[in-house]
Amino acid sequence: MAKSQLRVQRGFLWQGLFTLLMFFFMYLPILVLALYSFNQSRYSASWEGFTLAWYQKLFSDARILFALQNSLTVAFCAVGVSAVVGTLMAVGLARYRFPGRSLYRGISYLPLIIPDIAIAVATLIFLAVVQIRLSLWTIVASHVVFCLAYVGLIVSTRLADLNPHLEEAALDLGATPFQAFIKVLLPQLMPGIISGCLLAFVLSLDDFLIASFTAGSDATTLPLEIYSRIRTGVKPDINALSVVLMLVSGLVFLIAESIRYQSTEKRLK
Amino acid sequence: MSTQISSPPTPPTPKSGPQASPPAGIWLGYLGLLGPAGIWLGLLLVLPTLVLFELSLVPGLEPGGLVNPSGLENYLRVFEPVNLSVMKRSLFFAGGTTVICLLLGFPVAYWIALLAPKKWRNLLVVGFVLPLWTSSLLRTYAWITILRYSGVLNTLLTSPNPWLSNLGLPTIPRLELLNDWPAVLIGMSYGYLPYMVLILYASLEKLDRRLLEAASDLGANPIQTFFQVTVPQTMPGIAAASLLVFITGLGDFVDPELLGGDSTMTISRLIYNQFLKTNQWGFGSALSMVLIMLVSIAIALLLKFGDRNAAG
Repeated sequence: MAKSQLRVQRGFLWQGLFTLLMFFFMYLPILVLALYSFNQSRYSASWEGFTLAWYQKLFSDARILFALQNSLTVAFCAVGVSAVVGTLMAVGLARYRFPGRSLYRGISYLPLIIPDIAIAVATLIFLAVVQIRLSLWTIVASHVVFCLAYVGLIVSTRLADLNPHLEEAALDLGATPFQAFIKVLLPQLMPGIISGCLLAFVLSLDDFLIASFTAGSDATTLPLEIYSRIRTGVKPDINALSVVLMLVSGLVFLIAESIRYQSTEKRLK
Repeated sequence: MSTQISSPPTPPTPKSGPQASPPAGIWLGYLGLLGPAGIWLGLLLVLPTLVLFELSLVPGLEPGGLVNPSGLENYLRVFEPVNLSVMKRSLFFAGGTTVICLLLGFPVAYWIALLAPKKWRNLLVVGFVLPLWTSSLLRTYAWITILRYSGVLNTLLTSPNPWLSNLGLPTIPRLELLNDWPAVLIGMSYGYLPYMVLILYASLEKLDRRLLEAASDLGANPIQTFFQVTVPQTMPGIAAASLLVFITGLGDFVDPELLGGDSTMTISRLIYNQFLKTNQWGFGSALSMVLIMLVSIAIALLLKFGDRNAAG
């Protein structure tokens, strides 16, 4: 007994240390960016004093701000459409049995696993063939495809855990199907819809490949702007931008996690 | 552009199907719930993929060019030695990343799932995958900052080190990691490690601890217990995580492009170039179809061997 206890202790130790090392590995790049965003030196990696100049430069950079505005427009529109359409799809797939249902479901989840480049290329070719001019809205349309998959997946998971009798009870008590949907089903689905939307929002803000194929010439999104800058070397103001973006997405993540956590807690009670 | 495409195939309408005279309300429900997503996916996913397939059969297609008689020339080009080596390199990066992630990720997932105090577990997993929520471009950019010739790593390595010189050891030369394959492997492994840990954790958490105790009581040493109980019990999770990392790695564009320089052409970079640089859409379409086929094979394996619950 004592021996096995010792063994567990030893396993705890070396694997714990290894895990700590891996945590360090995961956060190292983030820490490096954060540190160097306050470094005075423009080119060298050695520390030459504290400065906020890169943040000042960032917030007065018109191109970055324009790109950020484009990115936010795309993300809000794509997520807004996906929230409605994706929820309807998840409810429809859960409610109806019909031939081709698994095909429908399979196609809707395809964007989760097919490489972005294939989706990007296919969308570009299609838009060229039907002669639609590339713009900000073509990015929105292509982002809806993968946002839909994430919202649909998360809402479906939530739906599977719900009590189906509540909606039936509402119908028995005289609610119209529409009322039952809005007043009974939708509030219960809300945590799933919100966390699906937050995930889709972050992914839409992060997308570089699909946007680079479907963006019009004046529709530069933030990842496109970042990409064109970091190709040509290390830029301290991009470090500052990284820190700001990481803080924002970290915040979004914490909100999403707490919503998920609370809804699981509620369900377990 | 004057591309003439023989009428594109109509998108399948997955929502309809022969039903035994359903009442009108049901039809309205079908249409209202499944119609919008069906139309969107049909127009922007199914139809584009079919057009992609059609164009991949047209040799020498450029945007604005007329469609030539179709043939398999684009696919034959994929098997030319130059392009074949690109495919091999993509498989090497995806496979190498999978192995590295598995080796690094398993101990982490194991420690969090089985050894760490129970109340910390959720927090530890959440903390480990948190970097996933930051921009992937910027995380790759961070590795450029670290790995470049005058970067953080080399500055640390070559800075005057009294400890080393006291021992009489020579100073470490600068490492040229960036713009070559090691940087790509580092960047990709870093990017996909959280996925690996997440899926392995889900699988290890369900592991029946009594089996481990039983093995130990019956005289198995920790290594025997690990390889004869833990690994077989979590095999579906290992398969799912590995295939997922492999699939994602196969289609990765940003890491090879930004960290690898000119020597690490991969299939995604080649596709990108066909469309945004050299304008050879036919060949690019064929490459995309090959990529989709490779991924489909991996998905088929995933569905066959993977743990569907662990894969999410």
